[in-house]
Amino acid sequence: MATLHTRAAARLMSAPAIILLLCWMIVPLSMTLYFSVLRYNLLMPGMEEYIGFQNYSYFLTDPAFLSALTNTLLLVGGVIVITIVGGVALALLLDQPFFGQGIVRLLVIAPFFVMPTVSALVWKNMLMHPVNGLFAWIAKSLGLQPYDFLAQAPLASIIAIVAWQWLPFATLILLTALQSLDEEQKEAAEMDGAGFVSKFIWIVLPHLARAITVVILIETIFLLSVFAEILVTTNGGPGYASTNITYLVYAQALLQFDVGGASAGGIVAVVLANIVAFFLIRLIGKNLEAEPWHAPFPPAGRPSSPSSAGRSAS
Amino acid sequence: MGSITLRDVNKSFGEVTIIPKLSLQIDEGEFVVFVGPSGCGKSTLLRLIAGLEDVTSGEIQIDGRNATELPPAKRRLSMVFQSYALYPHMSVRGNIAFPLKMAGEDKAVIEKKVADAARILNLTSYLDRKPRQLSGGQRQRVAIGRAIVRQPTAFLFDEPLSNLDAALRVNMRLEISELHHQLKTTMIYVTHDQVEAMTMADKIVVLNAGNIEQVGSPLELYHKPRNRFVAGFIGSPKMNFAEGAEAKKYGAAAIGVRPEHMNLSTTGGDWSGTVTVAEHLGSDTFLHVQADGIGLVTARASGEFAVRHGDRVYMTPEPGRIHRFDAAGLAI
Repeated sequence: MATLHTRAAARLMSAPAIILLLCWMIVPLSMTLYFSVLRYNLLMPGMEEYIGFQNYSYFLTDPAFLSALTNTLLLVGGVIVITIVGGVALALLLDQPFFGQGIVRLLVIAPFFVMPTVSALVWKNMLMHPVNGLFAWIAKSLGLQPYDFLAQAPLASIIAIVAWQWLPFATLILLTALQSLDEEQKEAAEMDGAGFVSKFIWIVLPHLARAITVVILIETIFLLSVFAEILVTTNGGPGYASTNITYLVYAQALLQFDVGGASAGGIVAVVLANIVAFFLIRLIGKNLEAEPWHAPFPPAGRPSSPSSAGRSAS
Repeated sequence: MGSITLRDVNKSFGEVTIIPKLSLQIDEGEFVVFVGPSGCGKSTLLRLIAGLEDVTSGEIQIDGRNATELPPAKRRLSMVFQSYALYPHMSVRGNIAFPLKMAGEDKAVIEKKVADAARILNLTSYLDRKPRQLSGGQRQRVAIGRAIVRQPTAFLFDEPLSNLDAALRVNMRLEISELHHQLKTTMIYVTHDQVEAMTMADKIVVLNAGNIEQVGSPLELYHKPRNRFVAGFIGSPKMNFAEGAEAKKYGAAAIGVRPEHMNLSTTGGDWSGTVTVAEHLGSDTFLHVQADGIGLVTARASGEFAVRHGDRVYMTPEPGRIHRFDAAGLAI
């Protein structure tokens, strides 16, 4: 009886938080669903009417949609590849004993504390700017033509900026994982005749597998909704060259004032995120269940709707 | 094949000297045990031989060749670690095959050698399991399997049994001894447990604070300890020491008598005392006696010797079994 009472009491106590959370999620979601079947343009207030799935068919057949989808996947994939490869390399370096280790580690983590808008502006105006930027100055000092990164290679530039922000995160998690590798295992491998490369491939990399899984999961959740970096640097352009789904939804709602279309886009983004999540979990979720391992961060659950930016824009 | 010579080997970490100059000869096919209290440098010495630590000065020869500067992999030694250090993501087969794979051996050769090792160690039915699915003793055997496939010139064991429970430890002790008879390869074994040392070794090296106190066969150390440290360390229960007036009678600064070399009586003898604790094991009785003028003395009596706490007993050391030590602790 006692446990039954306790359980009932526990439910009662946690109910307010759960109900609040549910409202927080359900209300915007159902409103977005509702708006997505309306013709609702802010330029024509008071003219809302039910139009079925027309918003969806317009959004999905928009030529911008395909390029936004490709850009989203390229952005997520590119940043993950750079941060994992770079993160492993940096973690290996930082794991070596050297003078000033503490300060260097702190500096490596620093970019993670810079807000996305700020770091994107710093990159845009101080590094990549074709006239005032550091890279332009280097190019000119070498007698080369300065390269206008954000105009010539907008998506690659944004990938670089976002990767720079996320590299510390990957490094941090991979470094802690690396430090938990048993010293005797490394020595045993050394005795067994493994050189640096074979030790890395056969001992270190398998040990890091779970940490890499965690990094991929968490980064995917956040990278699907990259927005600020695009807004302050390229505005999605030139053309749609650096527009991702999130930015496309924003453009639909706040540049074209088409709330109905944007809502449909938001729902499409939710569905896409869940498709990605489904494959991701199937692909690497096994890796997380295989054996108990303590990540410095809790392993992320199912990334249900990373497109909250899209919804709030609608 | 399999002889190891240490010549004036010295190891210091900065200012701290772990092993002052030390020389040692290990012959081919010997089972050598390094024994000593914790922190005496026995593991460091083993790691120096393995090449996992660099010597500060001195020379290590393996098979007559200077191996001081060789990396661990080139010394043709294999090591069994205290934590076993198995590769958790590899199957038992993968673990045992790893050194062969690193040596670039042929697939068929690897397959055959792994199967042989597994047969010797009774691991054949576990080859496809992961280390975490094995018991402590099985993991230990996998670690040994990984060591034997390479056919090294010598095996190094770093306290390999300390993570096992008592019963398993006795078993593995026998298995390792048997393995030594089978392979006839030099083995160096580090332990702090003098029972392991006594039961397994051909030659025991007693270490204390980085110095070799004595080298010899188990019985040599038992019967002729070179100094008080060895006398007290080898043998269980420990040797009893008496100083002062009692030692003077024998013309020494201190005398030592092993508990098993004491004749006990309830009527009369050289030393007398009160029993504080009597441990009846059935086969033997261990008496802890507060002896007059000597202090706490441990004595071994037959299982039938019926005394209890508070009883008066008399003890007579067996003549000729008394170890005499001078003021510096050296045996006379």
